[in-house]
Amino acid sequence: MSEYLQDREKQIVTKGKDAHDVEGGKPSLSGSVSQRACVFCGSRVVLYPIADAVHLVHGPIGCASYTWDIRGALSSGPELHRSSFSTDLREKHVVFGGETQLYQSLVELIDKYQPKAAFVYSTCIVGVIGDDVQSVCKRVAEEKSIPVIPVMSEGFQGSKKDGYKIACDALAALIGTDESLDVSSMSINILGDFNLAGELWILEEYYKKMDIQILAPITGDGRVKNIQNAHRAALNVVQCSGSMMHLAKYMKETYGIPFIKVSYFGIEDMSDALYEVAKFFKNEVVMDKARELVKDQLKNLLPALEPYKTALTGKKAAIYVGGAFKAISLVKALRLIGVKPVIVGTQTGNTDDYRLLKTICDDGCILVDDSNPIELSEFVKQTGADLFIGGVKERPIAYKLGIGFCDHNHERKMALAGYEGMLNFAKEVYETVSSPVWQFVHRTSSEKN
Amino acid sequence: MNIAESHIDKNNNKTHIASCNACKQCAPLGACIAFKGIEGMLPMLHGSQGCATYIRRYLISHFREPMDIASSNFSEETTIFGGNRNFNDGIDNIISQYHPAVIAIASTCLSETIGEDVQRLIYEYKGMHENESDLPEMIFASTPSYQGTHLEGFHEAVFAAIKALSENAGSVGNHINLFCNMISPEDIRHLKEIVEDFAVQSMIFPDYSDTLDSTSWDNYHRISEGGTPVSSLRRSGSAYASVELGYILNSGGMNGRIKENAIKQSAGEYLKAKFAVPLVRTGLPIGLLETDKFFDHVSRISGQPTPQKYKQQRGRLIDLYIDGHKYVSGKRVVIYGEEDLVVALAAFAAEIGIKPMLCASGGESGKLQETLKIVLGDLYPGDMIVGQGFSFDQMEESMRDLNPDLMIGNSKGYYIARKMDIPLIRTGFPIHDRIGAQHTRTLGYEGTTILFEQIVNALLEDKQRKSPIGYKYM
Repeated sequence: MSEYLQDREKQIVTKGKDAHDVEGGKPSLSGSVSQRACVFCGSRVVLYPIADAVHLVHGPIGCASYTWDIRGALSSGPELHRSSFSTDLREKHVVFGGETQLYQSLVELIDKYQPKAAFVYSTCIVGVIGDDVQSVCKRVAEEKSIPVIPVMSEGFQGSKKDGYKIACDALAALIGTDESLDVSSMSINILGDFNLAGELWILEEYYKKMDIQILAPITGDGRVKNIQNAHRAALNVVQCSGSMMHLAKYMKETYGIPFIKVSYFGIEDMSDALYEVAKFFKNEVVMDKARELVKDQLKNLLPALEPYKTALTGKKAAIYVGGAFKAISLVKALRLIGVKPVIVGTQTGNTDDYRLLKTICDDGCILVDDSNPIELSEFVKQTGADLFIGGVKERPIAYKLGIGFCDHNHERKMALAGYEGMLNFAKEVYETVSSPVWQFVHRTSSEKN
Repeated sequence: MNIAESHIDKNNNKTHIASCNACKQCAPLGACIAFKGIEGMLPMLHGSQGCATYIRRYLISHFREPMDIASSNFSEETTIFGGNRNFNDGIDNIISQYHPAVIAIASTCLSETIGEDVQRLIYEYKGMHENESDLPEMIFASTPSYQGTHLEGFHEAVFAAIKALSENAGSVGNHINLFCNMISPEDIRHLKEIVEDFAVQSMIFPDYSDTLDSTSWDNYHRISEGGTPVSSLRRSGSAYASVELGYILNSGGMNGRIKENAIKQSAGEYLKAKFAVPLVRTGLPIGLLETDKFFDHVSRISGQPTPQKYKQQRGRLIDLYIDGHKYVSGKRVVIYGEEDLVVALAAFAAEIGIKPMLCASGGESGKLQETLKIVLGDLYPGDMIVGQGFSFDQMEESMRDLNPDLMIGNSKGYYIARKMDIPLIRTGFPIHDRIGAQHTRTLGYEGTTILFEQIVNALLEDKQRKSPIGYKYM
């Protein structure tokens, strides 16, 4: 391990070999090629799917350009979130201030698109040049009579995870500002699903069969009005706990809404997500419906998974994703199809997350926090992984080393949540691992034949 | 007058204060691409972590290659107290992990705004390590994102590398410098082939033809093989000529800039001023006429006639133009992208009888219209809209009344082509919705052949698809 960056030893653990815990939550070292992004990125991805709001990035063009239509977060109605708005700051704004540019941009966009709300994202230099973003937002909100919410997401203020929290604060500013929607006694908010490839709609189908109302999806297929009414739901169901726990806790404290943590990836976690909701409402009819739904789904799904399991048993996978909750679900989902995780890493996991991951992984599995291409490629060679599950930034690592890849990040176009998602996942893993193209790649790992 | 200035579309007098769907990226991104053309190089962005990560992701989606870009990872403390510790730690960590021959540093809006003096940081770092003989070369490009576009960042990085490394050898060598502009790895390979066929020794820069288009590997390569060697960059000062592709490069004023006199030099201009290396500037060789110009220049510089191989390619291209002319004649096209690319594509479109209706760029050199007028000459359409500093939103608004038949540009215009149900010929940067962006060949007679065929076939496909008959012969 001599080639790894010094000071990173505490963030790398091999189960069965190292006694210490993986230390999560440390800032990335200078000069590292971290796979992490910035505060702005964290805020932007969380709020991005709100489809009837203007999302205005206050800063030079890059931050807006790189996040244009970046997530496959679908909307059943308006698609304002798929446009990239920026104040496109120039040198003159840096010197003389960008408040006028921000004010005029907001007025122009609100007049043109008639959004239900506007989010204004501060980028690095806005924090430095001292624009009073909050008062500009306040002024425009009064003039235009819509919520205009400052998202103080200057990139240098921390990591992506800090950006999640700032996004939650922005959502908190909206919540509780409207009471006009009809709310059933069995209503939930879905926190932390972003409707990638229509995943929220899959969940909606399930909950509908259980007579549960989804009051506000936050933020997948999100609408300002639903979010404004979110304080009236009976329960918050939180996925992707890394990004939305802050909001769930806030809503519990402020509005007394309890929350449960769930995941929709893999059979086990998906079913638990339905049972836990049924259990919460203490309603036998709902519980029976949940059981029936699960039974119904598994009747088709389990036989359909069988051929994939047969073909994939014994294969080894590397996982490197943003949040730890997703990593945990992936470990379980891979087991279902016979695939053994040999590397599990995340950008934003904390020490407790890694402790849990350690208990569910096998001996020899490498656990890593805030990794980089050099480490990840070393680990792949060491462990002889056949497959990498990650995002676009990890893809070249897998492909250059000649192993399969499965995109489990926000750019994917295939639903991976729910029972359908589990089958899609198995299919995608199988398609990449079993491709005949790998025969042309020389593989030198000693664990290969 | 149809030139539309930044944020003011004079056709309908609507103002555009906010940018909607920008047709540009920020300067550090362009710098990273150019730096990838240096052998043994690892780039570091001096700023927040997100800049490196976003740029890596954006470039990976285009080139589909590993894209290691380090960051000095500014924190709140760095932003207040300055980045020298991050800088030094960053350089140390890069050296220990990557052992690069060159570390190329680009600034970001954050480090520029707080007034980081990176040249001084480099100087101090070297001072602290003066006893170490194997320190990598360090190059710095000033690329605040609030100035210019990714193209200005690209050219600034090319300039910075040449300025940092070029030397006066005392005598004139037998080689030329070829500054190839931001083109695909495949096009770089093609240019190399052409100058080699003229038996000219050349330094092509930036040469990312291998670093951003490598083979399948057995082991992860910390730094991809290939790139212009530092030794060649040093020799650029003793070349007997420089050829620079692109009429505009970074010569323009930038909108929103305070000091207009801070206009930048290109690498070729620098070498001319500093070492008296004669400079030839010509356009990107796309289309017959612009490619002829390029070949004429290389022929004159080398004293060699154009090789038979290229005369054949040229002849076949003319033959192809004739075969296809009726399919394209009178068609109306929208061209967009980087300014020099737009000029070259417009010249090509005009010479085959396709009428450019809108030439748009996120760039704001202020020179797009005059350059188009000079290059297109008599073929310049009087009613063409030249949109400098345009966003895709502005393009879309302008296109409503233009009734275009096709679009040529990067993949980000796809949503407009889709709405208008017209073909999009993907070229330039970025191409995020197709594979093979690194292999697009557009330059030279051969590249033009491919591009012409793509255009004709896209129009035929469009006609076939929209026809109720389903013709088998077109």
